[in-house]
Amino acid sequence: MSPTGTASGPARPGWTLRRLLSARNLVVAAATALALLLPLFGSNFFVEFVMTRTMILGIAAATIVFLAAYGGMISLAQYLLAGVAGFMVGNAVVAQDAWSKGLKLGWNPWVAVLFALAVTTAVAFVLGALASRTTGIYFLMITLTYAVIGYYVFGSITPLSGFGGITGIDPPGLFEDHPVRMYLALVVLSVLVYVSFRVLAATPFGLALQGIRDDPVRMASLGFNVSLHRTLAFTLAGFTAGLAGVFNVWWNGQIDPTSISIGPTLDLLIVAVIGGTLSLEGAWLGAFVFVAANNYLRNLPLVDHIGITEARFNTIVGVLVLLIMILSPDGLAGIIERVRKGLHRLFQPPPGPGSTPAEAAAGSP
Amino acid sequence: MTAHAVDERELQLRRPFVLPRWVSRAAVWVPVAAAALWVLVLARNTSAGPAIREPGEFVVTLLDGVTFAGLLFVVASGFTLIFGLMRTVNMAHGSLFLGAAYVAHEIQTNMVGKDANIDARDVSLLAWILPLLAAGAVVALLGLVMQQLLLRWNQGQDLRQALITLAISVIAADQMLAHFGGVAQPLKWPGAVTHFFEIMGERYASSRLFMLGVALLVGGLLWLWLNRTRMGMVIRAGVDDQEMVRALGINVTLVFAVTFVVGSFLAGVGGVLGGSFAGSVAPGVDGAWLLNSLVVVIIGGLGSVKGAVAGSLLYGMVVALSPAYLPAGYTYYSVIFTFALLAVVLAVRPNGLYGRVE
Repeated sequence: MSPTGTASGPARPGWTLRRLLSARNLVVAAATALALLLPLFGSNFFVEFVMTRTMILGIAAATIVFLAAYGGMISLAQYLLAGVAGFMVGNAVVAQDAWSKGLKLGWNPWVAVLFALAVTTAVAFVLGALASRTTGIYFLMITLTYAVIGYYVFGSITPLSGFGGITGIDPPGLFEDHPVRMYLALVVLSVLVYVSFRVLAATPFGLALQGIRDDPVRMASLGFNVSLHRTLAFTLAGFTAGLAGVFNVWWNGQIDPTSISIGPTLDLLIVAVIGGTLSLEGAWLGAFVFVAANNYLRNLPLVDHIGITEARFNTIVGVLVLLIMILSPDGLAGIIERVRKGLHRLFQPPPGPGSTPAEAAAGSP
Repeated sequence: MTAHAVDERELQLRRPFVLPRWVSRAAVWVPVAAAALWVLVLARNTSAGPAIREPGEFVVTLLDGVTFAGLLFVVASGFTLIFGLMRTVNMAHGSLFLGAAYVAHEIQTNMVGKDANIDARDVSLLAWILPLLAAGAVVALLGLVMQQLLLRWNQGQDLRQALITLAISVIAADQMLAHFGGVAQPLKWPGAVTHFFEIMGERYASSRLFMLGVALLVGGLLWLWLNRTRMGMVIRAGVDDQEMVRALGINVTLVFAVTFVVGSFLAGVGGVLGGSFAGSVAPGVDGAWLLNSLVVVIIGGLGSVKGAVAGSLLYGMVVALSPAYLPAGYTYYSVIFTFALLAVVLAVRPNGLYGRVE
């Protein structure tokens, strides 16, 4: 299967048991079960820090993958949208008498969540509508510009935040002092996001979106409103990124403009690139590799010796991305796919002249 | 007849929604007229004051805009030149800018013989021009190496190239932070150009006009190169139809390399100008100037040098005018105007003012 084929998921309607039990789905189900059982045997640090952050980054990166794989749009604004949700939660929940910046509305945390998601969705709709008539490299540049302008907006507009940011943001009672609950909620949310994105791909909207990705001119002449589809996809991705942003701000307890600046924006893109921008599962895989590298690389004895210390983490990440882009633009998922195909070929007898058509049909996009 | 009528109705139903022309015109002219009215008459309680009362402030603010636009143009023209010919979005353009500024800082401190507290009076003209040329040459060479090693073999895969250069910018920013530290390093104008003079009762720094002069010189040379030389002719032809140029037997690989060298050199010149303008070189400037280049080319149209001029002027004006003419106490909203400019241009012309529809 080609990478696009992998991402498009089931294109034909109807969910038969046989198709649900594909190797891909079984691996995802096993990973989910493992993630849900992890608190039973994983260390506190691993669960509450590494895996929680993995899930947050995974959901946010999955929105990049969703837009890239189904819509052909590489968006750099997803971390900004997560940040918008975070800033809105921060402005809404922090109490009037707290020592912090922001509007300090002192709302109920769940009302704050609804408010934050509504604002994020509206912002995503406007930004998406403005960028929707472009695609490819132009879309990438426009969304990068959004991200950087967003940093300056929250940095310079002091009533909303200022460069110091908002501190002392408490999660709702359900999650306060219960980091494992937050982790489990994130696992459930990740599964929901993953399944929704895959189911969406088989709906008429998802199919039209993929048609627009492949040939916008033809879809326009068939009567589809190209920019509206792109805008709605971007809005949905923005809403989902907002969910990740809400958990992110609960987990961090604070948010400042630096945390949505160009560095973290690129980090999120890097997460998506490590996993492969065309594979939804890759988002969480890439997030895990990124967070694990961030936390465990310093423990390797060799790393200190060659002068690359923890402080030079960005160099390591940059080199990693450079290598991935040089070797396989489809990221780790692409590499795994290639290895899998290579093994497949290794263990299968070389196809004779009579047995090729089926394989050729499966191999072509 | 009936079938025809059905077709008509079908067409009516399926025609995508397009903004009427007067709406997009109004989207441009209403804000422009409102802004002009505000700046000319109404802008009380702002740091500059209404233009009819404070013409000096107005002229100085316009000059600020034009001189900053000059700097914007030098940086963005390199970015747009590279994209126009090769379809490569060089996300490391800001890194080249910052790298050049650091190289110039190193050479200048060595020539002046002081590490800190450098004053413009210590800097001779040579101690500015030599670092400028050397830094430009260094980053031009770095750009060439980058293009030959990492971009030459995947020509045409624009997203892959953008991500490769993005990775380079991450590495470069981290390495520069390691070598030069997080503290701002000085880079100064030569003493000969740092004076103040009076325009309509306002003091104005001559170094800003010097910067504009350098930008005009760069722009003029670029124009001569693109319009009056054989290489420039080939580049303009390549922007229009690369396949045809290749088919005519022209060595496109060489033209690509030269364009990348020139584009990187322009980023380097911009870096030295921008560093001297700010008085210092600091981490994070690379991201800010990548943003500036992006805004200019998104407004002007990617790949068009004419668009870079227009985009620089518009963006430079917005950057200069919006803080000066916002009511005191609300100047922090000026960043909104950068976004508003972008939004209006994107709403009316998705490919920029001089961009081509692909």
